Amino acid sequence: MSKKSNPINEKDDSKRDFLVVSTYALAGVGAASFVWPLIDQMNPAADTLALASTEIDLSSLEEGQSITVKWRGKPVFVRHRTPDEIKQAKEVLIDDMRDPQADADRVANEKYIVLVGVCTHLGCVPLGQKTGDIKGQYGGWFCPCHGSHYDHSGRIRKGPAPTNLEVPSYKFLSDTLIRIG
Amino acid sequence: MSKPKFKNPVVKWIDYRLPIFTFMDHELNHYPTPKNLNYFWNFGSLAGIALVTMIITGIVLSMNYTAHVDYAFDSVERIMRDVNHGWLIRYIHMNGASFFFIVVFIHIFRGLYYGSYKAPRELLWILGVLILLLMMATAFMGYVLPWGQMSFWGATVITNLFSAIPVVGESIVTWLWGGFSVDNSTLNRFFSLHFVLPFVIVGVVILHLIALHRFGSNNPIGIDVKGTQDTIPFSPYYTIKDLFGLGVFLTFFAAAVFFFPNFMGHPDNYIEANPMVTPAHIVPEWYFLPFYAILRAIPDKLGGVLFMFGAIAVLFILPWLDRSPVRSSQFRPIFKIFFWVLVADCILLGYLGAMPAEGIYVILSRIATAYYFFHFLVLFPLLPYIEKTKPLPISISEPVLSGAATASAFATREKK
Ligand code: HEM
Ligand code: FES
Repeated sequence: MSKKSNPINEKDDSKRDFLVVSTYALAGVGAASFVWPLIDQMNPAADTLALASTEIDLSSLEEGQSITVKWRGKPVFVRHRTPDEIKQAKEVLIDDMRDPQADADRVANEKYIVLVGVCTHLGCVPLGQKTGDIKGQYGGWFCPCHGSHYDHSGRIRKGPAPTNLEVPSYKFLSDTLIRIG
Repeated sequence: MSKPKFKNPVVKWIDYRLPIFTFMDHELNHYPTPKNLNYFWNFGSLAGIALVTMIITGIVLSMNYTAHVDYAFDSVERIMRDVNHGWLIRYIHMNGASFFFIVVFIHIFRGLYYGSYKAPRELLWILGVLILLLMMATAFMGYVLPWGQMSFWGATVITNLFSAIPVVGESIVTWLWGGFSVDNSTLNRFFSLHFVLPFVIVGVVILHLIALHRFGSNNPIGIDVKGTQDTIPFSPYYTIKDLFGLGVFLTFFAAAVFFFPNFMGHPDNYIEANPMVTPAHIVPEWYFLPFYAILRAIPDKLGGVLFMFGAIAVLFILPWLDRSPVRSSQFRPIFKIFFWVLVADCILLGYLGAMPAEGIYVILSRIATAYYFFHFLVLFPLLPYIEKTKPLPISISEPVLSGAATASAFATREKK
């Protein structure tokens, strides 16, 4: 209104385009901010996150024994390794492993190995926790689903799994008490 | 009408085989709409948006809700405290129900004022009343789900209404409960029905829209569209108007959700259900209050229930109760006054429904109930014989383009 009215249509059209585009843009932002809570509600809730740490007492775990505890709905393997197992895990050459990692980088206290007991292939729980279990060619764990062999350090040595068994983040609270998560 | 032209080749390919785009273009874009609609015509699309909002938030709530007497209350509290944005989603669903009813009530009174229920829109109206009934059933069962004190005792009282039916009443109530009181089986079936009924509503809404598009919208002056000069295409004119209305609606809705989320609820529903103790003063959700007042006004169990359902039943037969050929109240001076009396009467009934059933409140409830039925059963059929309606304009364009005076002169001639 302030300027003289411009009879050229193109000018009007560009104003209209501006209005249309900015309307769509705002509506898009509005819709997205409405949709986000609907999506995010499917993520772990506060109480689920609060359950995300577990303490394990290792005092009654003898050499050569393993226990399985539940952490975030998944099994966690803890094994009190024998000196022989530790020796093997430390001395083996890591260079030609699929996922090379030194044993020292996978343990806080070399006596205890703590692993998430979920095969990195497609999520089965490997065997090897019980005395009678098949432990695979490398004596650690063996996943029966598609035949992945893990060694005493939980490293993948043979079979389809792409990476070593995951080491969860954990801390020794005392010599025989650890907290996972 | 010319065939719509689509530029996009994919759209073209699909449309040739499945003319869904032609259909949408026809019903949502070109759809000729009376050019004189006022803002009361926004409430239909608002109701649709409210329904969609309820379904979306409802599905999301169900992902976190547990339908079991031992867990239901806690699962709702968990939604409020622990689930990401759970409080927001629940408050939208909770207040959404109230706003849905506000919108639908205005939509219905719009229909009453402008005579939208009259021929040829009788079925359109009846489908609308059916939607109202389904909404009431859905909302009632939804209110039971959080398993608070009001949930439990509301469910008990409302299901017990059926015990008023002679002979089989008690067996019906036992059947509804799946036991001898409102309990876990009741909660489970209510959850199932509360989940599915909204989708039934969607189905009825689609029928409602098909019926609407058969003859198009009524309009504030209530006369038929005479030709293209009386209409404008739905898009962009009414899409923009509906969107503007939506913006205003969302402002109020958001204000409620964020600042007064529990205003329309009852604090007792934050106490877990206790089958051993009834709260001192139980009231249904506000949108049921007028009907609740009618129930309590009748000093007889069966009578109360019949009158309460009758209050909705009269809406079903309204197209045949109103014998006036003139649709819009604008041309019915007496009817217009009584329309506002009816609005006031319904608000009064709502107020009385929230008051304790004693003393003056009972007397007022009876008067208000009597008026409600008088309005539908006596006034609607008889008024046309007494009332002298104002002359109708000749067409929708007429009173807009030239003076109303010349228009009415034509109208008297045309009325023959
Ligand atoms: C016509 C549409 C609907 C209406 C009028 C409606 C009404 C209600 C009401 C009044 C409540 C109680 C709110 C409270 O006090 O917490 C409720 C709760 C609930 N509704 Fe709906 N609802 C509708 C659609 C749906 C749909 C489609 C679903 C699922 C697909 C659903 C799932 C739930 C759940 C899980 C609850 C319990 C959680 C809670 O109490 O917040 N609703 N509904
Ligand atoms: S899941 Fe373990 S080998 Fe496939």
